[in-house]
Amino acid sequence: MFDEPLIFERGSPGRVGWPVPGAAGEGVAELPAHLRREDDLAGMPEVSELEALRHFLRLSQWNYSAATTLYPLGSCTMKYNPVVNEELARLPGFAALHPLVPEGLAQGALELLAALEAALAAVSGLDAVCLQPAAGAHGELLGMLVVRAYHVDRGDARRRVLIPSSAHGTNPASATLCGYAVSEVAADERGLLTAAAVSAAMDESVAALMITNPNTLGLFEREIEGITAAVHARGGLVYLDGANLNAIMGIAKPAHMGVDVMQFNLHKTFSTPHGGGGPGAGPVAVRARLADYLPVPRLVRRDGVLAWTDDAPKSVGRLRAFYGNFGILVRAYAYLARLGGPGLADATRLAVLNANYLRARLRGVYHLPYDTPSLHECVFSDRNLQDYDVHTLDVAKRLLDYGFYAPTIYFPLVVKGALMIEPTETETKETLDQFADALLAIAEEARSDPARVREAPHRTRLARLDETRAARRPVLRWRPGRPSDPGESA
Amino acid sequence: MSGYNPHTAEDIAAMLAAIGVGSIDDLFAHVPATLRARAAIALPEGLTEPELCRHVSALAARNPTASGAAAFLGAGAYPHWVPAVVDQILLRSEFATAYTPYQPEVSQGTLQATFEFQTFAALVLGLEVANASMYDGASATAEAVLMARRLLPGRRVIWLARALHPHYRATVATYLRGLGDLEVRELPFAADGRTDLEALRAGLGADTLCLVLGYPNVFGMVEDVALFADAVHAVGGLVITATAEPLALALVRSPGASGADIAVAEGQSFGLPVCYGGPGVGLFATRERFVRSMPGRLVGETVDAHGRRGYVLTLATREQHIRRERATSNICTNQGLCALAVTVYLSLLGRHGLASLALANYRAAHVAAARLEAAGVALPFNAPFFNEFVVRAPAAARAWEALARDGVVAGFPLGRWYPELEGGLLLCVTETHTPEQVDRLVEALAAPAPAARAAGG
Repeated sequence: MFDEPLIFERGSPGRVGWPVPGAAGEGVAELPAHLRREDDLAGMPEVSELEALRHFLRLSQWNYSAATTLYPLGSCTMKYNPVVNEELARLPGFAALHPLVPEGLAQGALELLAALEAALAAVSGLDAVCLQPAAGAHGELLGMLVVRAYHVDRGDARRRVLIPSSAHGTNPASATLCGYAVSEVAADERGLLTAAAVSAAMDESVAALMITNPNTLGLFEREIEGITAAVHARGGLVYLDGANLNAIMGIAKPAHMGVDVMQFNLHKTFSTPHGGGGPGAGPVAVRARLADYLPVPRLVRRDGVLAWTDDAPKSVGRLRAFYGNFGILVRAYAYLARLGGPGLADATRLAVLNANYLRARLRGVYHLPYDTPSLHECVFSDRNLQDYDVHTLDVAKRLLDYGFYAPTIYFPLVVKGALMIEPTETETKETLDQFADALLAIAEEARSDPARVREAPHRTRLARLDETRAARRPVLRWRPGRPSDPGESA
Repeated sequence: MSGYNPHTAEDIAAMLAAIGVGSIDDLFAHVPATLRARAAIALPEGLTEPELCRHVSALAARNPTASGAAAFLGAGAYPHWVPAVVDQILLRSEFATAYTPYQPEVSQGTLQATFEFQTFAALVLGLEVANASMYDGASATAEAVLMARRLLPGRRVIWLARALHPHYRATVATYLRGLGDLEVRELPFAADGRTDLEALRAGLGADTLCLVLGYPNVFGMVEDVALFADAVHAVGGLVITATAEPLALALVRSPGASGADIAVAEGQSFGLPVCYGGPGVGLFATRERFVRSMPGRLVGETVDAHGRRGYVLTLATREQHIRRERATSNICTNQGLCALAVTVYLSLLGRHGLASLALANYRAAHVAAARLEAAGVALPFNAPFFNEFVVRAPAAARAWEALARDGVVAGFPLGRWYPELEGGLLLCVTETHTPEQVDRLVEALAAPAPAARAAGG
């Protein structure tokens, strides 16, 4: 599909895409010379409005997206992002609302936030919710700061966090940001954590266990009640990575599992678009005894009027400017209101049905490293293809030729050559069948024509990209005057 | 069945048969019954689309200042016109509903746009390399301090200008809570509204890790960053600038040219609505030699198997999914679509539009300031400013909420953030303000406000 240069390589000197009328106030004193911009903005584009529009429309056509194709990225919950929510988030009453207007003139926005807090509390069974984190990992950071503040407040500074080896990389990274050392706990041969293993790893130096449930293999931790009891018995707290919440709405509440603090990924479970990598939102919910440590500002209701307050002496402080990714919170609220309680439970049931249907259609051909019943996603490996020297990366690339995005690959790390598939509830049986047929056809190709799979993709605009070269000699930006296409000149 | 699910009864029956179970409930049989028994979600039935739109629109309508008011609020979120093209691109589902571009062959749209974003961020900030975005300006500032700590381990003193936006200062403090080896020292501002250079010089030593300056600072004043950079570099420390209003950088000397080692900014001004404070996007740039210590995602240029130019996520060995507890940051999801908005906006405005718009803002604010001064309103600070400035108007500050209800949001009452500036208002004037709105502002600030009069003030 059409070649398209960088925007910096388009246009012509002197062209103005967005004319700004001559500024009034010629008599105004100029900025002192030593404080003025030094480069006259050299290098910035000089393109027309149509050129700019055409440039980005062409780029958009080079993306696969959840709206255009099945996007079965495990752990990412790429469900349908309802378009009506885009309209609602753009209502001028929200989009043009400045964050510092008097709260009395922002009651609609604050009521929406209060209702979203209450809805997330209802889904999780936990007591208090903070909507401010901008993403899941930001929520993890907040959750672990709350854990830390709780222990420090009790005069019991602890130094370690337990994390299963199958966890998302953000978990150990977030724990480290809070000053904790990370200790891994291993799962058993079923892929499950046991209460005995956690109990053996627990002592009074452990601040918290960070757990994902269902875990990244899609398996529900059946011993979760015993696991959390073992943590609590030694004075620790339980952090739940809520990335997989889509598997358990209406099935199991985190509070009942023994979870003390968790983050939600509104850009997963609650359908806000991923935007090619954000913006998301990662609200945090906690038990009442941890509520004092949540960030400021807090939303409070006084005499029926909602307002912000910074009066929270035990708070971990402020996590960002203002109150959160409000526009994303509007979309998530609209999704929750559209589905309601019963609709959320239906979403979970059908997400799990879809994942198990794919698992049934693929098992036997693709190797299933853990035969344990799974929920919203299923993890296969490339073991059955290795005799043909075909690997997970090749399967992923070949899927692109069939018009599907690839599953999450090589994660979780506990499965060698993992293919982690999460179809979500909004895909039809026909689409799932086409996807399964494609994967089965690729397995057959691996036997009959392995080179075709190893050299995939063949039908995309670009062939396989040289990632090693990119990392060895990083070119991270356009620079004026360089050849317009180093690829062809190379 | 409610929601957006496509399953017919026949679909479900066929799928259950293929799985080999009798019901959907059977798929959850291994979840402890103690949990399943009480998992019902106590939320009402879902709404239809028309019901939903009526309900949410009614909430939006209860935010009256969002339309029609003469609102002179900046203080970290800036009202600028967003060209229609920007939002049309953001509405493209191909951009909006893609994930982080893990499969580059079918994500070249996102990847090339992000490469362009990195270029824009580096150009605007006057530095060599930039990342693929951070959550916002405040958290980007905190990440910049953490990066400085990686670059200069062992140094422990972080100087934060008091004239740095208080949300940014507070966010830095939060990010440092778990890392006990660092000390934050606040640097006061001088009588002209700029950070006190002499106070810094008196306190600098070999333990200095970094200095963080707002640029422009929270009062809208343009710091002379180069003087601070000379002082900090002389003791081997690093200089970080944090810009809440990046349009200023089209007019004022860039952070890189002024000596900043790391420069961050909130990108909301470039193509995003204020949207009650988010989502915005953090810009993060630094010198090339520091690139492997940067937080966040990076897109790099490469070639495909046929030698054609293309783009991929790169230098992932810094990141959490590879390096886990040794990663440079825990960031995974960033603000991708907001970075796209910035990219489209800066492409459209381009070299000339951006310069003209910055000049228009500068002049509009200075014209308004001159009119207020002529009407007898005092401007306590006399340093150069961009599109924000402080006035002293105690009566109007006291009557701030009443004035807002009457349709004039007279900036932000600074006493809430700076008790020493009680009675001060932080005003922001941009290209969106009409002369009639400025008239209303002058009228509101020059005369004793009605509510204040009623209260006997």
